[in-house]
Amino acid sequence: MFGAGGGTSSYREIEETDLVVLWGSNAREAHPIFFHHLLEGLRRGAKMYVVDPRRSTSAQWADVWLGIDVGSDIALANALGREIIETGLVDTEFVRRATTGFEEYAASVEPFTLAEGERLTGVPASVIADLAHAYARADRAQLCWTLGITEHHTATDNVLALCNLALLTGHVGRFGSGLVPLRGQNNVQGGGDMGAIPNKLPGFQDVEDDAVRARFDAAWGATVPPRHGWHLSQMLEAIERGDLRALYVLGENPAQSEADDRHTVRLLEGLDHLVVQDIFLTKTAQLADVVLPAAVAAFECDGTVTSSERRVQRLRPALRPPEGALDDIEILSALARRLGPDWGRPSAEEVWDECRSLSPMHAGMRYDRLEALGGIQWPCPSEDHPGTMFLHSRLWEEDPEKRGQPAPFTPVTFEPPLDELTDELPIRLTTGRRLDSFNTGVQSGGYASPLRRPEALELSPEDMASLGVAEGEVVQVSSRRGSITVPVHLDRTLRPGLAFMTPHFPDQADTNVLTLDTWDPKSGTAEFKATAIRVDRLPGDSGAAPVPEKASEKAGVG
Amino acid sequence: MTAVTPVTLRRQVELTIDGQAVTAGEGATILEACRAAGIEVPTLCYLETLAPVNVCRVCVVEVEGSRALVPSCSRPVAAAMVVHTASERVRTSRRMVLELLASSVDLSTAGRDVHRWIEEHGARPERHGPAAPPAERDHAHAGHHEPPEAGLAATVAQAVKRDNDQYVRDYAKCILCYKCVEACGEEAQNTFAIAVAGRGFDARISTELDVALPDSACVYCGNCIGVCPTGALMFVSEHDLRARGEWDESRQEVTRTVCPYCGVGCNLDLHVQDNRIVKVTSPLDHDVTSGNLCVKGRFGFEFAQGGS
Repeated sequence: MFGAGGGTSSYREIEETDLVVLWGSNAREAHPIFFHHLLEGLRRGAKMYVVDPRRSTSAQWADVWLGIDVGSDIALANALGREIIETGLVDTEFVRRATTGFEEYAASVEPFTLAEGERLTGVPASVIADLAHAYARADRAQLCWTLGITEHHTATDNVLALCNLALLTGHVGRFGSGLVPLRGQNNVQGGGDMGAIPNKLPGFQDVEDDAVRARFDAAWGATVPPRHGWHLSQMLEAIERGDLRALYVLGENPAQSEADDRHTVRLLEGLDHLVVQDIFLTKTAQLADVVLPAAVAAFECDGTVTSSERRVQRLRPALRPPEGALDDIEILSALARRLGPDWGRPSAEEVWDECRSLSPMHAGMRYDRLEALGGIQWPCPSEDHPGTMFLHSRLWEEDPEKRGQPAPFTPVTFEPPLDELTDELPIRLTTGRRLDSFNTGVQSGGYASPLRRPEALELSPEDMASLGVAEGEVVQVSSRRGSITVPVHLDRTLRPGLAFMTPHFPDQADTNVLTLDTWDPKSGTAEFKATAIRVDRLPGDSGAAPVPEKASEKAGVG
Repeated sequence: MTAVTPVTLRRQVELTIDGQAVTAGEGATILEACRAAGIEVPTLCYLETLAPVNVCRVCVVEVEGSRALVPSCSRPVAAAMVVHTASERVRTSRRMVLELLASSVDLSTAGRDVHRWIEEHGARPERHGPAAPPAERDHAHAGHHEPPEAGLAATVAQAVKRDNDQYVRDYAKCILCYKCVEACGEEAQNTFAIAVAGRGFDARISTELDVALPDSACVYCGNCIGVCPTGALMFVSEHDLRARGEWDESRQEVTRTVCPYCGVGCNLDLHVQDNRIVKVTSPLDHDVTSGNLCVKGRFGFEFAQGGS
């Protein structure tokens, strides 16, 4: 944010902050060890507000829970911004010196009065005001979020709406104050940092910048195409148009992980050529023309990954991969050899050293330094640099020269979820993760988790009563895309009209048959979090398999 | 952009330990001062990532002017303090603690240091007689403890609790150091699935109402296993290998890597024997985890060895 694609703070800062806002994140289950740091902060006296449609296991630790209607995050953020402005709690000195665009922002949030905020979000006006005042008045405040913010068709705007709040109050660039997007996979941060996004080369350097490309061209002895590529959602559209005929998928399972996945499968089946490189014969790999068996990065390979606090850490091989499975670097080098250039057989460290020579923010991260320091947080521009605990301290510099480019406010428009609720489709289905499972279950399905229970449609007590369904009863769940049958499970953390499922067991209950694949034009993220559904009892006795109350209530325990 | 690391410069305190002049930071414990000076003090209930609970009394030292022996793990140093770590009084006290523990608890999988301390302090647990037959412990009420027949040593012997697929609880090996309770509670995990139940010799670690783990609040983070000093809490994989006589640390390698799940970046120490992961720990001295993990990081490795 503000020119760097990473969280601004370190985990240790949340232990010493005064206010935590956890927004669209159930970190207690999805990022448990980050939550340990957060709990340490609470133990030392920090207050916590949790914004989440569900009263999640994280929300149960909050001083105040804001049970927001799914997809109304921008309305809430704008109402908070307006209230902060209205009550004179803006950090005017910071806004004047370090930001641009305040007037336009103030005008954009003007319609979002507390009453309007309450109407759009379902959060009482007094609670919105309370959070606005608490956030603005806190000396230090951490604003943390996860997929509850980003798995919407307005993903990027949702994030910008939160950034605006940090700028308004000066809660960025100082120890203990920052913006913290928690990453869902161990190298989602590193993948982006390394240029595995359509518009950047390693180190967030723009592909369309001629000077940047010239350096890469010279180092690689090849010409980098001078234009932005496609992100995943655009690729799927290009397949649909017939512009994209061959696909090489590395370590991803789009046949099950994409919204409206039956549509995705049809697209993948229609390709001329599909190559899948994975550690398992996933559903996607089963559709492939060629499968390249890969070694498990975290356990069988050398390399690095980058965490949510921008910390680059070493992976080291502990196991020998099974016969025939190769390290990703070996596979890619072998592929390159057959396509023309001979890269030799570079080690992970040699690849990393080349990256360091081209990406200034990684330049100082020699392997031996990563080892000695237990990882280094970028930017680390030189070999005597200790790494960076928090970003954007420059915004607080007295000297305008050092302060550099001001951070822009970005007015954003509120749009409700695309999948509208109607009398036919009256229930809002949202999705999330459980403590013991991970995404489509490719990794987490392999161990015998004592917490695991079968996938279910989780419903509020009120909805179960009005639908007349019993615990464990198998029902039909339908959205505008399709229908699945799944047992019902009582979840007292849900409000009436809100249902919940996970993507963990697609073979048993394919949640993504229901979800909408319309995506955010800026980030390419699909709207997994807001699906309109209806729930119908199956004709006759559907073979309800009642689950004992005690065991069934346990799984959500954090 | 530079890192700003808040630095606290502590005042230095001068004291004497075993006749040696030692300097330590204000607020440091006697134990920390001893370790910095290269003086070994045995500990059982102490762990650098947990607040001291002062229960095992094996780290006691003599401080001149203090009536009683003091637990070095929690007593801060003071200027001009004179400490003796190996006086006869200290050694006698430690010998008694080690001897009573060793006579009543199965220490077979406790660390090598424990056995060395027993030997070095001349503890003779066998003089308390042969072990009494195991007694029911889980439902003992305070004050109901029946001493065994004369000449037999009371023990905490009982059956291994195996009620889930990931770890076993063998409380015959439990010295009641409280570390698991602290790690499950507010020192780390904040799940509060276990506590100490009962009094005196009947005291034991228990879930609420002694229910099985799957019916308790346990979330299987295994942070209790990570801090257990005697092997009372153990991965099923380690327990079964030991039962078959196949557990062999000399054939194990420990490799540090990063957890393959979420983006927090927890360091994992994978203990591998014969190309299989047999146990997962996390370094105590890494500030992301301080030794703690979640159920996925601790147990979710089977996918990499044909478990799927």
